Formats: sequence, structure tokens, C-alpha cells
Amino acid sequence: MSSELMYREHIMDHFKNPRNYGHLTNASFKHKEFNPLCGDEITVEVKLNKDIIQDISFVGRGCSISQASASMFTEEIKGKTIQEVKLLDRNFVLGLLNIEITPVRLKCALLALFAVKEGIKQWEGGK
Amino acid sequence: MTLQTKQLIDVEKIRQDFPILKIKVNGKPLVYLDNAATTQKPAQVINKIKEYYETSNANVHRGIHYLSEKATLQYEKAHEIVGNFINSDFEEMVFTKNATESLNLLAYSLTKNLVQGDEILLSQMEHHSNIVPWQQIAKEKKLVLKFIKITSEGLLDLQDLKNQLNKKTKMVSIMHVSNVLGTINPVKEIAKLVHDNNSLFILDAAQSIPHMKVDVKDIDCDFAVFSSHKMIGPTGIGVLYGKKNLLQTMSPFLYGGDMIKQVEFTDSKWNDLPWKFEAGTPNIAGAIAFAEAINYLENIGMDNIPNYEKELTKYAFEKLSQIDGLIIYGPKDLSKRAGLIAFNLGNIHAHDVATILNDEGIAIRGGHHCAMPLMGLLGVTSTARASFYFYNTKQEIDLLVSALQKAKQFFGEKDVK
Repeated sequence: MSSELMYREHIMDHFKNPRNYGHLTNASFKHKEFNPLCGDEITVEVKLNKDIIQDISFVGRGCSISQASASMFTEEIKGKTIQEVKLLDRNFVLGLLNIEITPVRLKCALLALFAVKEGIKQWEGGK
Repeated sequence: MTLQTKQLIDVEKIRQDFPILKIKVNGKPLVYLDNAATTQKPAQVINKIKEYYETSNANVHRGIHYLSEKATLQYEKAHEIVGNFINSDFEEMVFTKNATESLNLLAYSLTKNLVQGDEILLSQMEHHSNIVPWQQIAKEKKLVLKFIKITSEGLLDLQDLKNQLNKKTKMVSIMHVSNVLGTINPVKEIAKLVHDNNSLFILDAAQSIPHMKVDVKDIDCDFAVFSSHKMIGPTGIGVLYGKKNLLQTMSPFLYGGDMIKQVEFTDSKWNDLPWKFEAGTPNIAGAIAFAEAINYLENIGMDNIPNYEKELTKYAFEKLSQIDGLIIYGPKDLSKRAGLIAFNLGNIHAHDVATILNDEGIAIRGGHHCAMPLMGLLGVTSTARASFYFYNTKQEIDLLVSALQKAKQFFGEKDVK
């Protein structure tokens, strides 16, 4: 596959100007997730208002796909409830990215989703 | 060819032997620079596998029919050829699945009689295969795992090795050539230091034996491990070399058929070396094709290969160093470096670099190279890596360099700091 199908304009825009990049003050929970295949890492921080994601941010290192995916995904779930986010699956993220993803890069693309879902799980477990 | 020095390797002729080098990737001729991960196979090796299954296939060391004798003869001949290649005696060379299995065998078998507090010394540059087996056994048996430091130049810190060796150090396991830094470790010197301390020395030769003459007797390692697939042989076959007196006293790692001499319901007697460590039906076709690979390498010459690779590496090192924002990891002194170069291009993730290169038909590795602890020391999560073999050319390195320039342009100057 040619990279042109992967590095589309909207992906490069989110990669070069990531939304929600940085830290939150008073985060309700945060969670770090790794992709051992690539060495990508991402930490998401979530601030809840009751069960609504009032604010969300991420920091991390990784390839353009993992970073763009985190930028788009965090943008999309801001304002959603925890219950709504728990129902989101890989197809939701792939729909956002709207590019051809090779199997190897799938883990990069889904890292932010895993980080948020695992964060929610641990936060709920610790309540 | 445009090599200016005396050409001992006829690369264009050699390349004709490797069918895969003729394929196109994304419309471009394949440039295969991921040889530290695995190497491509010449037609001679591929045909050997076919030939074996078409003319000799049977189980070894069992039947007394024509095919079984033929297969056994060829399998034992493969033992002899591979053993001779590293100057090992017949009884000292065991076929395993790969270097990783050989290291697992050692970690299991050599630690059987160790007691709590005994120490195993590795280095900070090791591949996961030479860390994880020891680490897990150490946990189970409460052994202490220690790591020799590396210098800022990417060399093994020999002073630190000396400092860490003590009465409790039972064994030292170190890679000959680093798959990330490219560093060639002074293993003969290390063997001496380790033996002076009455410890065992294990050599991970997975990245060295394919590329240079390695004589296990001359180095005086107690054990050595390597894999066929990194030296134009098939996957699924590898080697454990061990000094005879040590292999004799060690317990087997895998139990089953072929590794026994006599079995009763309550106990068994082990077969002679090397079969004691080869339980079950081995990878017969793999072993025979591996021997064919070694014949091929010896025809080219194990002196010519490193000489040619040195020249390629020097050329690549100079060309890559000229790319603004490109950082090379490992020793700058090329005499201490083997034919691979790990690098990062500014802040562009290695996977993005690899993807852009793939557009140009160029295969490199991007990732942590199964050396996550080392990546941590280097302060990166991943690097790109170009690794060479005797069938690569300077033209391919030129293609690599121009593709890297493209990657830099694509991701924009602001990403390259």
C-alpha cells in the first residue's frame, strides 16, 4: 500500500497540530498505555463532571497515526458520558480516521481508545 | 558496480541467486535493508528444501529403510557442516529452533543447581531473548540478575564488567554484535575475564556468525547460540554450541523421543551428545538447507563478507551522517561497528520513516528491535534501522538516502530538530 492512502491531509493536520495535547489540572483520572510493537506510549487525562467527560487531554510519543488518532478521538469524546464512551469500539476510531490502516498500524490507531477505556475501567474499579 | 576498491564479491552475480531480490514493491525494485531481522534466501537453499522432501524425506535415527538412512545421513552431514563452520566438535553442536530456544535451554539447564543469591551477569545492550529467559528463571529461583553498563559511545564498559564479577557470578551472557548499536564486543577478552573469575561465558552470536568468521575455540566461549535464518538459511533451525564437558553434565531441556538411550516406565537414560538435547523429530529439511546456506557462505568467503560489508557500512555511515537532523546511535569508530545502523530522523517516528521508505520499495526496521531496556537508556522509544548483507549495494544505500530526504520533506522541516 502506498503511504498516500494513510497520510491524508486530515491525519497530517491532527498530527502536526494535535488537539487536546498537554495536561489537565484536577484530572479525575489518568491512564498510560503502551504499544510494545512500536514503542508508542500515550497518557490520557480525563476530568469528569458527574459522569460526563468535561475535559480530556493526552501526552505521548508515537507515530503520526497514533498521535492523530489520539487528537481526533479525544476531540470526539469530549462531552460524552462514560457509558457512551464504554460502548465505542475500534470501528468508531477507524471511522474517525477514515484511512486505510494496515494490520501493523492498527495498534497505533487504537492506542488512545485503549488508554481511555482502560482508564475508565480502573477508575470504576477504584471508586 | 561502482565500488572503487578491489572487488572480491561479484554482487550482481550473487543477486541473481536470490529470487526475492527481483520483486517489485509499490512499483519499485525491492531494496532489502532489514537483514538484522532476517536475511533473504538464495535459490540453492530454497531448492534444497524441495529436493529433500522430493527425494529423501523420512524420519531420522529410526527406520532402517532406504529413505530413513538417506535422511539420517544428510541430517548428520548437516550437523558436521554447521559444526565445522564454527570450529565445534561434532558432539558439541546441537540443533535447536533458533538462538532464542538455545538461550532458553541454557537458562533452564544451567541454573538447575544454582541457589538463592547466585548471580547472572548480562549487559544493558542485550536483546530480549538474552534477558527474558534469565529474568524469569531468576525470579523463580531467587537469583540475582545484573547488567554490565554501556559507555556513552555505545561500547560495553569493560571496567564495569570487572567490577561486577564476583564469587557469586555463575555465568555471563553477552551478545557478540549489538542488533541496535552495531557494536562488536571484544568477546575474546571478555571470555578471559569471565574465566579468570571461574564463571561460565555464554556468547549470543546471532548477529555475528552470519557476518564474520567466528571460531568458538579461539574465543573460548563455553556456549554460543545463533540462528540459521539470519544467515540465508531457513527459519526454524538454530544452534546451541557447548563445551563437551559442560553439555555432558547438563540436564536435557526437552524430553521425548530421540534424546534417550533407554526408557523404562520409571526412569530413562539420556542419549549421547549431541542427540541428548534434540528431543523429538527435528527440523530435518531445515538443518539440511541450513548446511547448504553455509556452503554458499563459504563459497563467497567468510573473509570477503565482512570486508565488503565494512565498505558498505562506511559508505552508508558517511551518507547518513550528511542528512541534517539524522541521529545515528552506537559507536562512531567504524572499526568497532558491524553492518547495521540504527538512527532517527529528527522527531519523525521510526514507523513513519519506515512507511515513507516502503513507498520507495525500501525495507528497513522501525521499532524497539526487541531491546526495550536499551531504548530506554538511549532515551527513545524506537529507532529506524538499516542493516546490510553481502547482496546489498551502494546504489541501494543511495536510494535509502534519497528516500530519507523525501520523508523529511513530507513531514516538514519543523519536525526535524
